[in-house]
Amino acid sequence: MAPGVLWLLGLMVVPCLLIFLLAFFERGTYGGIDWNAPTLENLKRAADPLYLTIFWDSARIALLATILALLIGYPAAYAISKAQEKHQTALLFLAMLPFWTNYLIRTYAWIVLLNPAGLINTQLMYLGLVKEPLPLLYNEFAVVLGLVYNYTPFVILAVFSSLQRMDPSLPEASRDLGAGAWTTFYRITLPLTAAGVAAGAAFVFVLSIGNFITPDLLGGGKLQMVGNLIYDQFLTARDWPFGATLSGLLIAIMMILLFAQAVAANRAGGRHA
Amino acid sequence: MPNALRVHLAGTFAFLYLPIVVLMVLSLNKAGLPTAWGGISFEWYGKLFANDKVLSAARNSFVVALFATLISTVIGTMLAFGVVRARPSATRDALLFAPMIIPDIVLAIALLSFFTLIKFKLGLHSIVLAHVVFNIAFVCAVVRARLQSFDWSLVEVSRDLGASAPTTFLRITFPLVLPSIIAAALLAFTLSIDEFIIAYFTAGAGQSSTTLPMQIYAMIRFGVTPEINAVATIVMGVSFVLVFLSQRLNREAEA
Repeated sequence: MAPGVLWLLGLMVVPCLLIFLLAFFERGTYGGIDWNAPTLENLKRAADPLYLTIFWDSARIALLATILALLIGYPAAYAISKAQEKHQTALLFLAMLPFWTNYLIRTYAWIVLLNPAGLINTQLMYLGLVKEPLPLLYNEFAVVLGLVYNYTPFVILAVFSSLQRMDPSLPEASRDLGAGAWTTFYRITLPLTAAGVAAGAAFVFVLSIGNFITPDLLGGGKLQMVGNLIYDQFLTARDWPFGATLSGLLIAIMMILLFAQAVAANRAGGRHA
Repeated sequence: MPNALRVHLAGTFAFLYLPIVVLMVLSLNKAGLPTAWGGISFEWYGKLFANDKVLSAARNSFVVALFATLISTVIGTMLAFGVVRARPSATRDALLFAPMIIPDIVLAIALLSFFTLIKFKLGLHSIVLAHVVFNIAFVCAVVRARLQSFDWSLVEVSRDLGASAPTTFLRITFPLVLPSIIAAALLAFTLSIDEFIIAYFTAGAGQSSTTLPMQIYAMIRFGVTPEINAVATIVMGVSFVLVFLSQRLNREAEA
C-alpha cells in the first residue's frame, strides 16, 4: 500500500499544498515566485468584480450543465435498469464508451457539427429551415452542450449503480399499496437513488467549473471560465501566484462539494438501513 | 420498458454517438469538407502517415502511456490489495478518489509549480510521473472492486491444505485476479494516451516531448482539417478496442 499512498502524497497532495502556499507570495520580476515578498494581494485581486464575474459565470455554466446532464442521464439510467437483465451490461458499456475516449476529440467533433459551414447548419439551410447559418458555435450554448455531452455518461453510471443497489421490492410494495407510477417514482425511487444523483451531480459540476478544453475550443476565446483564466495566468501572463490563488479557490470549492456529496450519500445510505 | 423511456434511451445514444460517427465518416470523405461528399478515400490517412510531427507525437504518447501503465498497474494493484485488507478509512478513500475528480488544469499547474520548485527537468519522464497519479486511482478502483467480490474461502482452503501464504498468493489469488489487473492496465493505457492538459504542462518545451493529444490540440487551433478527422478516428478506434477488451476481461474475472 505504501508506494501508492506515497506517490499520491508526493505528486498530488504536496503539489496542491504548494499551490495554497504560492497564493501568498508576489510574482517574481521575470515570472516565477518572489519568495521574499509575502502578500495578501492575490486574494484581494481574486475578489475583484472582474474575476468574481468569471467565477460566477463558470458556476452558472457548470450548474446548467449539471442539471441538463441529470435530466438526460437519469431517465437513460432508469431505462437501462428496466431493460432485460442480459442487455443491461452491454447498454451501460455503450453509454460509458465515449467517456473513455479522447476528451479533446469528443469536443472537437462538436466544432465540426456546429460551425457555420458545419453539418447542422448546412443541413438546416439545405432543408430551407434557416436562411443564414445559426450562431451555434463560440458561445455559451456550445460550451454547455459540450460539457453535457462529455459528462452525461458519468451521470448514467452513477445513477444506474444506485438503482442497482436499491431494493426492487420497495417500489413494488408502493405500487401494490395503490400508489401510481409517478408517485412511486417521486416518493420511493428518486429519494432512494439520491446518492447516485449527488455523486453524478458533484462530478459534473466540479469537472465543468474547472474545465479548460471545452470553453477554450467551443467558447472560442469569447467566453472565459476559471480554467482558462488559470491557464492564461500560467502560460500567458506568467503570474503564477495569481494562477495558484485561483486554483486554490477551485480546490476549495471542489472539497466543499465532495464533502456535501459524502453527507448526502451517508444520509441516503442511512435511510436504506 | 415504457415506450417513452425507450425513445429517451435511443435519443441519448444518438446524442452520444452522432458526433463520433460524423467524424469517422468525414475522415473518409474525399472532398474533406462536411458540405459535400466526394466519395470514399483514404487520402487523409495517407497524409497523416506522411506527417513526421504526428508520427513522432504518436511515438511519444505510446512511450508515455506504456511506462505510466506499467508503473501504475504495479503500484495500483499493491494499493488495492492493501486497501481491502486494511481497516476502512475515509481519509484514504478521499485520497484515492481525489485524482479522478480534481480538475486536470489544477493538477497540471500544481505539478508544473512543484517540478519547477525542485528544479526537476521536464520531458517525457515528467509526464509519466504525472500520469501515474491519476492512473493509480483508476487501477486501484478496478482491482479493488474485483477483490471485494473475491471468494476468500478459496485462500483459506489452500492454506488449510498446507500451502504457504506466498504459494497461495501465486497459485490461487493472483491468477484469479489477473484478468482484472490486465483490464485495469488497459484502462490506464487508454487514459494516459488520451490525456492532454497535464501532459501539456509537464512536458517542457519542444517537439521531442510533444504527445499526440498536444499535437492534435495544435492542429485544432490551426483550424478544422480532414487530417484531424483521420487522426481522431484512429485514436478513438484504439480507445474503443482497449476499453472493449478491458470490459471483457473484467467480466470474465467476475464470472
